[in-house]
Amino acid sequence: MNRVNIIGAGLAGLSAALTLAEQNIPSNLISLQPSERAQSVLAQGGMNAALNIMGEDDSPAEHFADTLRGGVYLADPNAVRNLTDHAPEIARRFIALGVPFQMERGKMIQRNFGGQKKKRTAYAKSSTGKVLMSALIDEVRKYEAKGLVTRYSRHAFRDLCLKEGACTGVLVQDTWTGEETAYPGPVILAFGGMNGMFPGRTTGTTQNTGDGLAQVFSRGMALGNPEFIQFHPTTVQIDGKSMLISEAARGEGGRLFVMRNGEKWYFMEEKYPELKNLMPRDVISREMTLVTAQPECENQVYLDLTGLPAHVWEKRLSDMRQEILHYLGIDPVKTPVPVRPGIHYFMGGILADEDHRTSIPGVYAAGECACQYHGANRLGGNSMLGAVFGGQKAAETAIREMPELFGGEENRPGGWDTMDDGHISQCIEGGREEYLVRDREAERLSEILLGGLSMLRDEETLVRTIAETEALLAEPLTPMEKKRAWLGLAMLKAAEARKESRGAHTRTDYPEKDDENFRKTTVVRMEEGGLRVEFAPLPEDRKGQQER
Amino acid sequence: MTVRMDVLRRGPKDTESRWQTFDYEPRNEAETVATALRRLNAREDLRDSAGNPARPIRWEHSCLQKKCGACAMVINGRPGLACDARLMDYGGHLRLEPLRKFPVVEDLMVDRSILQENLRQMKIWLEERPVMDERSTEDAYDAARCLQCGCCLEVCPNCIPGETFAGMAGALPAARILAELPEEERKELAAAYRSRVYEGCGKSLACRNICPAGIDIDRLLASSNAAAVWRRPVRRKKEKYPGQFGKS
Repeated sequence: MNRVNIIGAGLAGLSAALTLAEQNIPSNLISLQPSERAQSVLAQGGMNAALNIMGEDDSPAEHFADTLRGGVYLADPNAVRNLTDHAPEIARRFIALGVPFQMERGKMIQRNFGGQKKKRTAYAKSSTGKVLMSALIDEVRKYEAKGLVTRYSRHAFRDLCLKEGACTGVLVQDTWTGEETAYPGPVILAFGGMNGMFPGRTTGTTQNTGDGLAQVFSRGMALGNPEFIQFHPTTVQIDGKSMLISEAARGEGGRLFVMRNGEKWYFMEEKYPELKNLMPRDVISREMTLVTAQPECENQVYLDLTGLPAHVWEKRLSDMRQEILHYLGIDPVKTPVPVRPGIHYFMGGILADEDHRTSIPGVYAAGECACQYHGANRLGGNSMLGAVFGGQKAAETAIREMPELFGGEENRPGGWDTMDDGHISQCIEGGREEYLVRDREAERLSEILLGGLSMLRDEETLVRTIAETEALLAEPLTPMEKKRAWLGLAMLKAAEARKESRGAHTRTDYPEKDDENFRKTTVVRMEEGGLRVEFAPLPEDRKGQQER
Repeated sequence: MTVRMDVLRRGPKDTESRWQTFDYEPRNEAETVATALRRLNAREDLRDSAGNPARPIRWEHSCLQKKCGACAMVINGRPGLACDARLMDYGGHLRLEPLRKFPVVEDLMVDRSILQENLRQMKIWLEERPVMDERSTEDAYDAARCLQCGCCLEVCPNCIPGETFAGMAGALPAARILAELPEEERKELAAAYRSRVYEGCGKSLACRNICPAGIDIDRLLASSNAAAVWRRPVRRKKEKYPGQFGKS
């Protein structure tokens, strides 16, 4: 019997493995490192679900509306409705898995998060990702013991095995022995975001390199919205990386200010009196950039947590206080923390439909590597939810489309072929050199991309950085360095083609939103050595309730 | 200031390890061992302090902020995370070794898969719906923060490779489940806990101050021992968590 191959063992990958195992479908869970090292463990503030336990009359419909609005109406409304409708069920499932969500006075509580008026974010201090991961790791272990999930925890994704345009399996490499193996069967890609395109400058891990995405892009996989990069308003530079200070800080009452003519200016409160410091991340980061550019303001925004009550520090943010003390030597209880916007999340990635199919039959994508749910700007608290639900949905679709697991030969659709020996050896070609990325080259590409894909973008800079990337491509690079440059070029060309401002994509030369031409998904494909950028219409909202 | 870094090297086919020394100039006071290793490996012509060509140093890393446990190693005789070890705190001379309770894969990279295997053998998972109150939630939260880095095993006098004692790396995940299971459902896990943790633990508590996540090991051991060994109730009152939800 074929197994489903899952690439990545973070929240999305674990969720897919669990969904498959619960239906008796075996999977290979393939990851560079064990799940404890996945980027999901870094997720902090919480997971959104309209449980309506805070006496605020919350509902999935409001979660849906907030998510679409926060994403500036660029997300697939049907997919988002699925997500937000299922969110309470997912939260309840985590409760049943023993996740120690925050309790006070004997009851579970939720907190405020950006872009949402109601307390909808389920959390465990500011280590929510870690505790969700621990619960899922334990649950999946049950199925490892039953032989339904087989872990390959030191294996790198190398390539998709393709036959007549469809996926037949996956090529992976044991990073300890160098041995390459091809595993037949459908593939769920859950290998995370593209941090490695900006080494040392994101809040993510060193293992989410973007190389897997560059590889599948080079194989013809369509990308969606690759120009949308989330800058989180409150990050700090620590040694070797950017570190996140969770949105929970503002959810619990933290305030942002800049010194203007020698006085504290709480600019978000003045400019956005309704949601104040809890506006969506794109809005706050943009405002931070704009206020610090004003001549009467200092070039530094501070996160002021000095007014938070003692019980909040003790019960809800004790871990965050320790972290800030440890890395910055600042006690946030007494002193405001200097923060700046930093690269945190990639809304774009592998184009996925609402069932998490990709443009290649037999390949599904979930989690941060997929373009789904978040539109032009992700709301805090929706990433873990999107990863868990996406992994589940991808697995369900893989099951549905893999009738040979349930039926006979005659049910096997085109492209769903098991692999013969010849095809396997065809897939296993090339050596370690094929995947080499030199630090120097990663840095050069990153410098170019940071220029073109900064928070404030314009035609001139984009055209220049596109030309620089094209010049880079003409140089003697390794094959993987070339693929990464093509991926970078896709991001830049998408940003250049989108001549409007929406969510995380701000064009100073096109400051307005242009629904008529650009309330569409950017689709980028690699074709015969060149890139094609198109704008595809969004799916019709089947329920037709979408507010604009 | 130049930092002298002695690294215990071992190639994948070597039978013995050897020390190799590198000279390294930190760029600022905050630099960690992790950054030093990354910058050394970024050199296209890496040479040791004697000028001999050297292959890149193999080690594991991921989050670089003490949350994933990947970069655990022995630094000047003490286990810790490379991303948490500031060069300036070691007085200009560092000795980096792989964790010694695990087989070496290459250089500073070890095979920690026994940790996962132990948890599978101990059946660390929930078979029943958890029952939680604020205290068990607190215990479960702390236990769930275990990084599975292996630092606690490094200092444990009772942890001997090849033997069955699972150490705190087994005890902490067990503590989460023990904190959450109703008393009548704990029997099987309690037996595994007794044989794989409690009976092997010599109470040296060498692990107490070594956990990079700062987990309160004493408290969790006391809770787990109460639940699995002494069969005393560990929670003050039983309560559905949270009351308003039915079975999902």
